[in-house]
Amino acid sequence: MKNLPIDPSKVPGWGVDANPKNDPTYPMRDRSHEDKRGMSWKRPPQQRETVEILQSIERNNLTAVFGTSTPPSGVSGVIRRQAFRYSESEWAHWLMLMAADRVNVVEGLVQDLGQGRIPNIPGEMGIRSELEHNRSGLITKVAIAGAVLGLGILALRIAAPNRAPTRPRKSRR
Amino acid sequence: MLAMNYRGPYRVRVDRKPVPVCEHVQDAVVRVTRTCICGSDLHLYHGLVPDTRVGMTFGHEFIGVVEEVGSAVNNLAVGDNVIVPFNIACGQCHFCKQGLFGNCHESNAQASAVGAIYGYSHTAGGYDGGQAEYVRVPYADVGPCKIPSNMDLDDAVLLTDVVPTGYQAAEMAGIQPGDTVVVFGAGPVGIMAARCAWLFGAGRVIVIDHIDYRLDFARTYCPAEVYNFRSLEDPVVFLKKTTDSLGADVCIDAVGGDAAGSALHTLMGTKLKLEGGAATALHWAINSVKKGGVVSIVGVYGPTGSVIPIGNVVNKGITIRANQASVKRLLPRLIEHIEAGRLNPKALITHKVPLEEIADAYHIFSAKLDGCIKPVLVPPSARG
Repeated sequence: MKNLPIDPSKVPGWGVDANPKNDPTYPMRDRSHEDKRGMSWKRPPQQRETVEILQSIERNNLTAVFGTSTPPSGVSGVIRRQAFRYSESEWAHWLMLMAADRVNVVEGLVQDLGQGRIPNIPGEMGIRSELEHNRSGLITKVAIAGAVLGLGILALRIAAPNRAPTRPRKSRR
Repeated sequence: MLAMNYRGPYRVRVDRKPVPVCEHVQDAVVRVTRTCICGSDLHLYHGLVPDTRVGMTFGHEFIGVVEEVGSAVNNLAVGDNVIVPFNIACGQCHFCKQGLFGNCHESNAQASAVGAIYGYSHTAGGYDGGQAEYVRVPYADVGPCKIPSNMDLDDAVLLTDVVPTGYQAAEMAGIQPGDTVVVFGAGPVGIMAARCAWLFGAGRVIVIDHIDYRLDFARTYCPAEVYNFRSLEDPVVFLKKTTDSLGADVCIDAVGGDAAGSALHTLMGTKLKLEGGAATALHWAINSVKKGGVVSIVGVYGPTGSVIPIGNVVNKGITIRANQASVKRLLPRLIEHIEAGRLNPKALITHKVPLEEIADAYHIFSAKLDGCIKPVLVPPSARG
């Protein structure tokens, strides 16, 4: 399909919100409430803290409300607590949080297994829709993964040919 | 209740979770009737946003029925059908008073640079989101807006984010009658930004992406001139040539950190995560806009740095405008546009999926399968 000429005046609603006074500095900001500076507003009531909340060190107080989803826990929680010793301006803050996220994925797997649940990882990744809408792409991906795995095994065998099995050591008392 | 459960990059499922309760006197609990997967949810899904914890429920685009209200909620009653803006705003702080509802200072303890967003990592406040049967809605008197009785629920759910974000992208661009507007990204927000550019009097609207089926949709829906950057040797040179070698008056970045098109940005931003996502679209926007032009950013980037040609921003005298959409501020005008037939958001919806099939819905949207533009999830209780 080719692009056809468009007559703007025929587009429904053309120009109805045109505003020559739309100042290119900050169109959405209503400065009429800027009479008081700093944290001078009447704060909403404070939510009760029922779980651990990690607070940005760039803030001087806890917000009146906050999310209570998935409080920090485990090894990832330890890393997150360390991350919050740094400001949002420090790369260490974000890189530690990203590291904690990856550790948290392993913790999630351990948690599933601990609860007697084997996670259906292909299902969680939407393999059913891939089979339905991109079967050839899936076959290609599986073939590439199989080839890479096969080459890896072959490389290992070439690197360590016919290594004799080691004898089990006797334990000393 | 059933709720989406994030298990790690590219892994989500639906599990049973406790029904949320009011944790604050200004809270409400809403039973979800429609919820979307947003393009920015894909940044979480792809593991790009720091402090995205396993077990969290995503979802910042949802509407529903009020089931419970806290003791200090006066404007809502049990049974009200409400549009819930994606940003959580107190309505009282310095920023909310100025209409900057996306920048509230009383809702996100864990970061100072971003306001709170439902189901959008702990960097955005640590609230569970609306891809569930029920959701906790803080500051219920401030954000939620009752759905007009004659409004289609599919239009209403897109008023939580897609429509206001697309509209604000065009608004921030300060478009003047006759301006040439280039929109990078033909996802739902980019398509809506291109559509809204006409409302501000644009003289020419161009959409750039690499997904042909989305460009074909944008061509007729917006309407707009559309180009696949894969077929252009250099999109910046192409855009210069098509604008008398000056550049566009306005460039809108409606892509954010998941951009394709530059091996370097993809390696740095999405593979090694050394940038806050791949800043390819922003890079092109800065280099394609004319001197003295405006770059409007609504694409989402991570909080770390991004490599962009900042020297060109200075040398060209570009104004950069960006923000999370102030949904609450924009809703009255956008409802008027829908009621007048000027905007038709529900036409963006290509997939309506049971909440229980969320893993497939995320994969279809992420991998751009089956002509997907906008997937909507419907919880069992809303399926009748």
